[in-house]
Amino acid sequence: MNYKIAGLAMAGLMSSVAFAPSALAADKTIVIGNVNDMSSLYADTGGIGSEVAAKMAIEDSGMEKKGWKISVISADHQNKPDVGATLTRQLIDEKHADVIIDTPNSGVALAVAAVVKEKNKVFIPSGAASAALTGAACTPNTVHWTYDTYELAHGTGGAITRAGGKSWFFLTADYAFGKALEADTTAVVKAEGGTVLGHDLHPLNTADFSSFLLQAQASKAQVIGLANAGGDTINSIKQAAEFGIIKGGQTIAPLLLFITDVNAMGLKVAQGLEFTSSFYWDMNDGTRAWAKRFQALDPAHHMPTQGQAGAYAGVLHYLKAVEKVGDPSDGAKVVAEMKALPTDDPLFGKGTVRIDGRVTHPAYLFKVKTPEESKYPWDYYKLVATIPADKAFRPLSESDCPLVKK
Amino acid sequence: MPTIFGMPPQVLFGQLSLGLINGSFYALLSLGLAVIFGMLNIVNFAHGAVYMMGAFCAYFLLNGIDLPIPWWMAGHFSLMNIHFGSHLSFWWALLLAPIIVGAIGMFLQRVLIARIAGLDHIYGLLLTFGLAAILQGLFQNQFGSSGLPYEIPDGLSGGHNLGFMFLPNYRAFVVGASIVVCFATWFVIERTKLGSYLRAATENPSLVRAFGINVPLMITLTYGFGVALAAFAGVLAAPIYQVRPLMGADLIIVVFAVVVIGGMGSILGSIVTGFGLGIVEGLTKVYYPQASGIVVFVIMAIVLLIKPTGLFGRAA
Amino acid sequence: MTAISLSEAHGRNRAQKVAMVVMLAVLLAAPFFVYPYFLMQALCFALLACAFNLLVGYVGLLSFGHAMFMGTGAYICAHLAQARGVPVEFAIPAGMLVAALVGVVAGALSIRRQGIYFSMTTLALSQLIYFLALELPFTHGEDGIQPVPQTKIFGGLLDLGHPLQIYYFVLVIFFAGFLLIYRVINSPFGEVLKSIRENEPRAISLGYKVDQYKLMAFVLSATLAGLAGATKALVVQNASLSDVYWTTSGEIVLMTLVGGMGTIFGPVIGAFIVSAMQVYLSGLGQWVTVIQGVIFVTCVLAFRRGIVGEIAAKFGLNL
Repeated sequence: MNYKIAGLAMAGLMSSVAFAPSALAADKTIVIGNVNDMSSLYADTGGIGSEVAAKMAIEDSGMEKKGWKISVISADHQNKPDVGATLTRQLIDEKHADVIIDTPNSGVALAVAAVVKEKNKVFIPSGAASAALTGAACTPNTVHWTYDTYELAHGTGGAITRAGGKSWFFLTADYAFGKALEADTTAVVKAEGGTVLGHDLHPLNTADFSSFLLQAQASKAQVIGLANAGGDTINSIKQAAEFGIIKGGQTIAPLLLFITDVNAMGLKVAQGLEFTSSFYWDMNDGTRAWAKRFQALDPAHHMPTQGQAGAYAGVLHYLKAVEKVGDPSDGAKVVAEMKALPTDDPLFGKGTVRIDGRVTHPAYLFKVKTPEESKYPWDYYKLVATIPADKAFRPLSESDCPLVKK
Repeated sequence: MPTIFGMPPQVLFGQLSLGLINGSFYALLSLGLAVIFGMLNIVNFAHGAVYMMGAFCAYFLLNGIDLPIPWWMAGHFSLMNIHFGSHLSFWWALLLAPIIVGAIGMFLQRVLIARIAGLDHIYGLLLTFGLAAILQGLFQNQFGSSGLPYEIPDGLSGGHNLGFMFLPNYRAFVVGASIVVCFATWFVIERTKLGSYLRAATENPSLVRAFGINVPLMITLTYGFGVALAAFAGVLAAPIYQVRPLMGADLIIVVFAVVVIGGMGSILGSIVTGFGLGIVEGLTKVYYPQASGIVVFVIMAIVLLIKPTGLFGRAA
Repeated sequence: MTAISLSEAHGRNRAQKVAMVVMLAVLLAAPFFVYPYFLMQALCFALLACAFNLLVGYVGLLSFGHAMFMGTGAYICAHLAQARGVPVEFAIPAGMLVAALVGVVAGALSIRRQGIYFSMTTLALSQLIYFLALELPFTHGEDGIQPVPQTKIFGGLLDLGHPLQIYYFVLVIFFAGFLLIYRVINSPFGEVLKSIRENEPRAISLGYKVDQYKLMAFVLSATLAGLAGATKALVVQNASLSDVYWTTSGEIVLMTLVGGMGTIFGPVIGAFIVSAMQVYLSGLGQWVTVIQGVIFVTCVLAFRRGIVGEIAAKFGLNL
């Protein structure tokens, strides 16, 4: 046996394993990985709807007519960070994914962000809320669309505390998102002169909130802040009604509420809730036209959530940048281009991608309509206040993102 | 403000009441497990799945069953459903769901579980574990994981202010219904002739067979009855917990621990242990909430150290 | 038991040795044909299933809580490597050691009961560990610990960031664990274990301290499961709640059942089949659970010996 030849062959094989995905020059194929919750508590707010939104963005970009091949693959991360990281690694290694989108569940998103950075691809979270994605955990490969915990905390927490809700108790989902949301809201409440009386952590996807609610009730706090999302928010609001908490005069403040949640609860339960959102389908002609197109394509025929709208806008902007760069394979280069280009789409209007990866756009404070006020299907929100783009998100001066030079 | 061991009484009594409500479910489920184990010598891992099916059954009885045609077959603009209509109230569900799910259970017992009679107990556990996976997976595929809403029945909405807490009427009803059903079951098995046949067949099947009693039929009916108890618990759970495919998956582990603590030999033991542990859990939520998830398992470890056969168990 | 002539026993051992060489050759060549990260995960599960099989196949104790040892190994290794900056070559043995300690406690408690009580006790104990993993601060609750760094180890000799180098590193760990189990099964200690499985009262009457033997087997199994978990944390770069969740314990049982309980190679085959199903059928969503359930039911009703067990029985081999 000639060891030298064997060694060379071995080295050749090794390099083919290591470098196979990025070997093609001037790659005109783009694969979008929708790493999402396809079956559980975020399936309605992201799920298959985000794939629909991404496909609409591909169509609207017009790039397929110019010879680009663009496809979307969805995968179910089951709300487990380990599954999400493994899926992402595999999508990139085996399916040659260039960009990962949406990824509700901040714990999973943080895991995905690390893998995407390592592989030098692009990550556009539009359904994950942790502001750490553009803070301490920011990467040159992440662009964060739609909402984040800073925005939600300042929008809802600020408004309610200023309106007189001075003492708070939190029900917090026990993962990155919930804790970040509670911490951010606590800071706002204290800055506005309020106090936080206590908190309770609950596991993701909890069925019975009664013992948590009992403690919130006993705390006598004016406001019970829900630092959770999706099915957990729905359950806590419904059971708060069952235990007479809302009638007892305590205010329930859902810090993150999706239109599909309101749809599931019904206006009878949800009426009067105040919350922050970056998108509502019934804002103007542009959003209405897009939302109706989306509704027709969505398997469940829901109106789009803000996360799905963000998936559309994010993919659209990403494709613009790739077209300019000419090749999707170098993720950091594409993201640099995304930051150089101003954003412009019918859903969020004009904006910018900041150096930390945060996309800036206005945020809105909404109130859920009463059943009498609602005139047609999905007519759920009325606008209370608009927070301008430069006020809605954490200012760069407060950022702990290493990419921000001070 | 007066306190009891450093806790305001409304918090203490409130959590105790909630513990009692949870204990109602533990008792119903561990009772069903004990009945099945006594007769079939099988630890029914599918017990959580049939509990879930009871809740779904209540949902179907109220709303009918929609079997949707996949959207890619129905075209983009319409969603076609084959609808089997039904508008039976919660009260009907409380009666019918245990019968329907019990019948499904008897069918499964006849075609599958009966085949492994006489084998090592391990195989019964594995077979029912597989059954649970199939049932839960099917429901997850059809209905997603996040659950369907089921309203509290009209007659039981609202609640009463007990001074220390606001007790929803429905939750009070759950405790009552559970106590009644548990003790009715205990009475039938321990105090009636039918029960004596059952107990005899457990001890010595061939002797009972010699008396002309159809033992295989009795086994099937017993399994059906144990399953029906779980389905009954599922119907009770539907209005307070979401109707979810995995609603029984975690609960069953706690119930296993309850059964190990109580010892599987005793009907009364499983009832008492079920309620008792619910209350202990409630107490833990007051004094050391972080441990509320593990207190049952810690108690199990202690019981195993002191009395390996369980509190009410007979020596193996 | 019928007496086995010397040459027959020799022939059976030869079949095992041939099978072992084939397995090693396949595993050495595999990363050039199959995605190496999948192979590594499957190897970790294979080691785990072998450790589990040591208990169920040779002592007759069906543990329904082996995820607790895997999870303990994974969490300790991930915590040390990620938060404390401990080099991986020390973090993995540390994870294994803590898993062994958990094994001592869990074993001492659960071997007090037999049969299904043993299974339920291990299940409940693993749920206890699950809640600890959910509540303790260092585990980061639902987020898990991530990312576990894949760095250079052994003073830069081995680069774990390189797919093939980390693969062979994992393969060495797997094979060491596998060989250890193989040696134990064929040792006098292993013979005593088998006699306990066959007839515990007789083993007691022969003067064996059955409980001590059971506990030793339990701890050994837990230790190797911890090793598998610690290695898996390195491979997938995180430790999370699913590592300690009871469904994982169920999967370990499934792997061993499919491959063949009480066979040497069965758990390895089973682990690869079940892992492949999870990865390559993941597009089917929850249908994977249904398929797993169907396999469970089918195996229990029709193929209790598992794949390797059936083959071995057909050809009169001892695999």
